[in-house]
Amino acid sequence: MKGLVFERNLARFAASRLVSAVGGSGRGVALGPLRLTDVEAPELPGPDWHRVRPLLAGICGSDLSTLDGRSSRYFEDVVSFPFVPGHEVLGVIDEDDGATHARGATGEGGGARVVVEPVLGCVARGIDPPCPACARGRTGGCERVAFGHLAPGLQIGFCADTGGGWSAGGLVAHESQLHPVPDSLSDDDAVMVEPTACAVHAALDAAVDPGATVAVLGAGTLGLCTVAAMAHLRTPGTLLVGARYAHQRRLAEELGADVVVDPDQLTRAVRRRSRSLEFSNTLTGGADVVVDCVGSDQSLAQALAMVRPRGRVVLVGMPGRVTVDLASLWHREVSISGAYAYGTELVDGTHRRTFDIAMEVVAATGLGRLVSARYPLERFEEALAHAGAAGSRGAVKVVFDLRRPAMRATPSVTRGAARRQQDRPTSRTTARPKKGSPP
Amino acid sequence: MSPRPGFVLEVDRSTPPTLFWHGEGFRLERLPTGSRVLYAPEPIDALDDPVGAIRHALADPLGDSAPLASLLRPGMKLTIAFDDISLPLPPMRSPDVRQMVIEEVLELAAGAGVDDVVLIAALALHRRMTDAELRHALGDRVFDSFAPHGLLWQHDAEDPDELVHLGLTDQGEDVEINKRAATSDLLVYVNINLVAMDGGHKSVATGLASYRSLRHHHNARTMAHSRSFMDQHRSELHSSNWRMGRLIAAAGVKVFQIETTLNTDTFPEQFRFLQRREWEWNARDRAGFLASSKALEATPARLARSIFHSIRSPHRMTSVQAGEVEAVHARTTENVYAQQLLEVDGQSDVLTMGLPYICPYNVNSIMNPILVACLGLGYFFNMYRGKPLVRAGGVVILSHPTPWAFHPGHHPSYIDFFEQVLAETTDPAEIGKYEEAFATDPWYVHLYRTGHAYHGVHPFYMWYWCAHALEHVGAVIVVGGDRAAVRRLGFKPASTMADALEMAADVVGPDPSITHLHSPPLLMADVR
Repeated sequence: MKGLVFERNLARFAASRLVSAVGGSGRGVALGPLRLTDVEAPELPGPDWHRVRPLLAGICGSDLSTLDGRSSRYFEDVVSFPFVPGHEVLGVIDEDDGATHARGATGEGGGARVVVEPVLGCVARGIDPPCPACARGRTGGCERVAFGHLAPGLQIGFCADTGGGWSAGGLVAHESQLHPVPDSLSDDDAVMVEPTACAVHAALDAAVDPGATVAVLGAGTLGLCTVAAMAHLRTPGTLLVGARYAHQRRLAEELGADVVVDPDQLTRAVRRRSRSLEFSNTLTGGADVVVDCVGSDQSLAQALAMVRPRGRVVLVGMPGRVTVDLASLWHREVSISGAYAYGTELVDGTHRRTFDIAMEVVAATGLGRLVSARYPLERFEEALAHAGAAGSRGAVKVVFDLRRPAMRATPSVTRGAARRQQDRPTSRTTARPKKGSPP
Repeated sequence: MSPRPGFVLEVDRSTPPTLFWHGEGFRLERLPTGSRVLYAPEPIDALDDPVGAIRHALADPLGDSAPLASLLRPGMKLTIAFDDISLPLPPMRSPDVRQMVIEEVLELAAGAGVDDVVLIAALALHRRMTDAELRHALGDRVFDSFAPHGLLWQHDAEDPDELVHLGLTDQGEDVEINKRAATSDLLVYVNINLVAMDGGHKSVATGLASYRSLRHHHNARTMAHSRSFMDQHRSELHSSNWRMGRLIAAAGVKVFQIETTLNTDTFPEQFRFLQRREWEWNARDRAGFLASSKALEATPARLARSIFHSIRSPHRMTSVQAGEVEAVHARTTENVYAQQLLEVDGQSDVLTMGLPYICPYNVNSIMNPILVACLGLGYFFNMYRGKPLVRAGGVVILSHPTPWAFHPGHHPSYIDFFEQVLAETTDPAEIGKYEEAFATDPWYVHLYRTGHAYHGVHPFYMWYWCAHALEHVGAVIVVGGDRAAVRRLGFKPASTMADALEMAADVVGPDPSITHLHSPPLLMADVR
């Protein structure tokens, strides 16, 4: 079975980094350490594991960062080579596997459609007792990601033992990582559950008080999912979004943003809203919470410039090495926190799986509309180039389509987008009831 | 030889291309046969002895005013207010008219033993002038006598301690003006009346007023009902100011008005071709045009802007009137019309304009898109008496690069207005819902009071200025402008004049009648 494999090859890694730096994200793939090859299905690591055959597998910003050679060296010890990328996975339980997860949901070929929660925490790693984070349900914060009976790997898609979504040979996942997909969710919706779960965790962890001013920087997949989660799960007074491209601005509005502007205008929009003064290019007031879904030097500096004193900056976009002046953070007692992955969330006093909440958000806000193009694995170079330039090419989420050929849609942005627009209501009221109106 | 009056040219096959201003540059356009081109009257003769004329005006005032010297006495409180950087355009060569007039007033004051004298730049909600700008307007002698001693003020419309509310007009309009001016024994106001809109009761009631007062006439309704605001008797803007002015007088504020008019000798020698009609260009004019155009094409925009803003106009004074406000202003208006009025027979389907690099609100600054709109649809469109030059439902074609660029120090609220308000609506009647937030925004207030920023509400006023034109015309097309900026204004971009005329035909029908306003130099159309 064909699959894409990422190998440790420093020369190719350097070549990819150089080409992508010059030509743009995703452009260095042909020279890089990713190759399409025959891939064996991974062995089941234990009795509670299942084989999953991917149907759709998304291309994430962190995948591109890895392929471009831009990701932080911090991750070197929590990745094992060679690995098959792909951690945003809609798949089916392999019909030979005998799994009973279906709970009535039927996928193609008779297996159950599932989305994979890719984080490899203590349970998946066979570590008992689990680490304190996993014991609290915060598998994203697992302290044992490099240990246990699996090779190191933050997630499926970065671990040599589990396979990943970018392979027709499939992957293996612990039963705790599998979430059945209800019939009501389309395949496009389902493949958006994983990135949405990241956004849900960020929205719920961001301490957004009712009526707060929240600014979201960036309107790629994570940014738009964050907007949807924030609007659906929280009650910000004003939700402002900085979005570079027209289609991103339209989607942000549809998903519940109150104010959508170019990122360069976001600080001014926040200033107007907060009626702040300025000094040293920093607002004296500002947003209560700024969610940085970009993760660059510039975005973090901008976030710090527009968050209010004692406000909070949440990093959702995966940052690498950044250089930023922290004087304002110190002086204004700003908190900065990361928001990685998912696990369980405390909602109204109840612990719930982040993925369960994410499925609700996806269903309620129609996030399947963010899937802009689908490619077969064989066209991975095109797919990754498309994903690397998604914004400028009018796309949001680019996915690999591993369904049987007859099931595949043509990788066309316009066709897919047009169909989804017809399929579901996308009005802002659908996504977000007006404040003060009855539920 | 006496100066020639204005001229309406009908374009024929032998007519050379017509010069259009295009920001910090020019374009030559071939207008269709039958188009009309309106040329300003040639500069009328300036006063041979302007200082003598000023002295005479002060000694022999109009209306029921006594001579200025007789109004001055020891121990009195005297305030001299003067027009700000927005006048004249371009800034004139030294000595500025304000300097000449104020020096004479101060001579009389000194002779009368008046020692409590304060000068106030009547900014209204305009930006504060820099010291260099004040020095240019007032001259070294006046500036050095007053500024170091804290006696040269700039009106602060946001200083509650320096404003006084004088009451309400019979229309319920608040009249709140500068306290020093209102509580002086005599307020002398020194005007430069570049166009017919300037002066009269508008000087004090607007120039020294607060937002609380200005909002009564600087709004969409008033401006839509000022047809035009260059014609005092058909201008609701002026009606409101006159009500306020009379209330100010009734409240006991003694105003001694001084108004001056300038000729249209607008550009220095190297740009003399701008003053001439194209078919009369001689070799020197053609060389001047070619040299300027080619040099500007190769010059970065910022440098070109700097070059143009260094122009000092050779404007010269053609009249000076002093005394009672309304009597003075009536005479002044006659003198403005004598220089600028051009009789035009009927309206046209299309009105074209080439917009220059400067308007009242971007002296030493950037002509941002809002100011482009204001200059074209506010000022130039309204340079008429009788009827607009373009028929109702017609098309206005503006030529200007319209860059998406703003001076962050001078126009901070313009940026937000452009990004937020115009993104929502370009309807002057609709934008009012945002006005209060901008007018009271503490950051804009801070920048207005301490920096050199126009007040937060000022971009709204610029858009209100366009209200009459936006209501009147069917479409506005901008030739050669930044397409995104033009669209944000609600206008249509065109690459060439030919394209713009084709687009205009979609609105007004084929073979439209066309009038080109060949200005500046300034002209005011008397449309019959």
